[in-house]
Amino acid sequence: MNPSDGFEQLKFRDPARARGLRETLDRLVGQASHAPVSIMHVCGSHEQAIAKFGLRAAFPQELQVIMGPGCPVCVTDVPEVDEAVALAKQGVRVASYGDMLRVPGTSQSLADAKAEGANVDVVYSVTQAVELAREHDEEVVFFASGFETTAVATAAILVDDPPDNFSVLSAHKYIPPVMEIVAEMPETKIEGFLAAGHAATITGSAVFEKFVERHGLPVVIAGFEPLDVLAGLVKLIEVINSGKPRVENAFPRCVTREGNVHAQKLLWRVFRPTGGRWRGIAHVPNGNLRLRDEFAKYDTRKRFTIDASALWHYAPPKLVQQCQCGDIMAGISSPSDCPLFGNECTPDTPVGACMVSAEGTCKIWHQYGGRPDLRSIKRGAA
Amino acid sequence: MCLGVPGKVIEVDRENQIATVEFWGVRKQVRLEVCDSPVDPGDYILNHVGFAIRRIPPEDAAETLALYDELLRVADEQDLMTADVRGEIDAAPNATILPNGAVDESE
Repeated sequence: MNPSDGFEQLKFRDPARARGLRETLDRLVGQASHAPVSIMHVCGSHEQAIAKFGLRAAFPQELQVIMGPGCPVCVTDVPEVDEAVALAKQGVRVASYGDMLRVPGTSQSLADAKAEGANVDVVYSVTQAVELAREHDEEVVFFASGFETTAVATAAILVDDPPDNFSVLSAHKYIPPVMEIVAEMPETKIEGFLAAGHAATITGSAVFEKFVERHGLPVVIAGFEPLDVLAGLVKLIEVINSGKPRVENAFPRCVTREGNVHAQKLLWRVFRPTGGRWRGIAHVPNGNLRLRDEFAKYDTRKRFTIDASALWHYAPPKLVQQCQCGDIMAGISSPSDCPLFGNECTPDTPVGACMVSAEGTCKIWHQYGGRPDLRSIKRGAA
Repeated sequence: MCLGVPGKVIEVDRENQIATVEFWGVRKQVRLEVCDSPVDPGDYILNHVGFAIRRIPPEDAAETLALYDELLRVADEQDLMTADVRGEIDAAPNATILPNGAVDESE
């Protein structure tokens, strides 16, 4: 099958607009001062849309669209998983979003602990975790993952007087600081960022203005429909070519400059940003969201003495040492560079976190195929 | 998981900050306290993990819904994006049972 078929078959609401955007993208990339042009997006949903609808096959050959650290489950660091596993193994009921269960800790995942008899529940929302706490007399820990969009929901629950036996083990992450880290990595040659529309729905586009000033790299906010992604890329290449880096909002029907101010107040009332490691990437100053002292009562880390040291007597198997998730999330490698991808490492037998989560680059590429061989596509055939 | 899912507001319980929202024929209770503007029946909201994170004006809804129509029309259970959207719908409790345990009489 021609990799561009997905693009052609997709029922765009407006095929003429799709063709127009594709032609504009071709022209703009052709006008760039150098080739290739490399841009990064930081959202698993963007990667899903790009891969599922075969958009890479429609991109100009000289355009590289790379997924960065856009999978909150994948960047949850090993010690954070160890905390949850240790609690589960000492008999505490732990609830989390489904993808978190198989993320490897030092020696075990939550799924391993569950298989050994620990009480580990999958929930689709923090509200369901609170319901579990209401149904049980025992302590219920919500192992919370997700970027700012998801952290707002956790915050809303914590200001709403949850039951006393409920607490939050926060692994929430904040995206803007990690963009700063990736932008400065010498190995990455990123010329601009495509920011995630729904995270920006909360933060507003203004949150990226200082980033642009500091790094001289443009940021364009884009939605998730294939047309939205194309429109975002067109705007981003336009700004790159102009030589005047700035923030542009290509998703105005969901995102404003100020964002959802009410949600931001809620977020920062409950959480404070603090530095911490993102798995495989780096220490990210202000990249982790932790509960403020005012909410210490609901902070699992304050409420329990968590001793994960029993999990540390362990030498990682050779396979894990070969895993390239870190480089993939930093945009330095792609899944096809990893010898394990699709061989030893599959969604059924994941070696690294990127193959575990539905938002992980490896799992997405494994399902949809990743980067089509662009040489096989006849340009202009559409 | 940051995709969210749009749904149409059927009914609003302002006192409890909860809306009955319809997602492709399924009615769910979605919490409103994160949303920054008041929503009315007929509006669309973007639901993420059981919370409305934004009101979508009716005139902008069609453009937002197109992607989801495509994902849910194919209904491939294995598809990552479709599973993500279904998860977002599942995140909100069914509309027939209110969070306080009372039965919604309107159903």
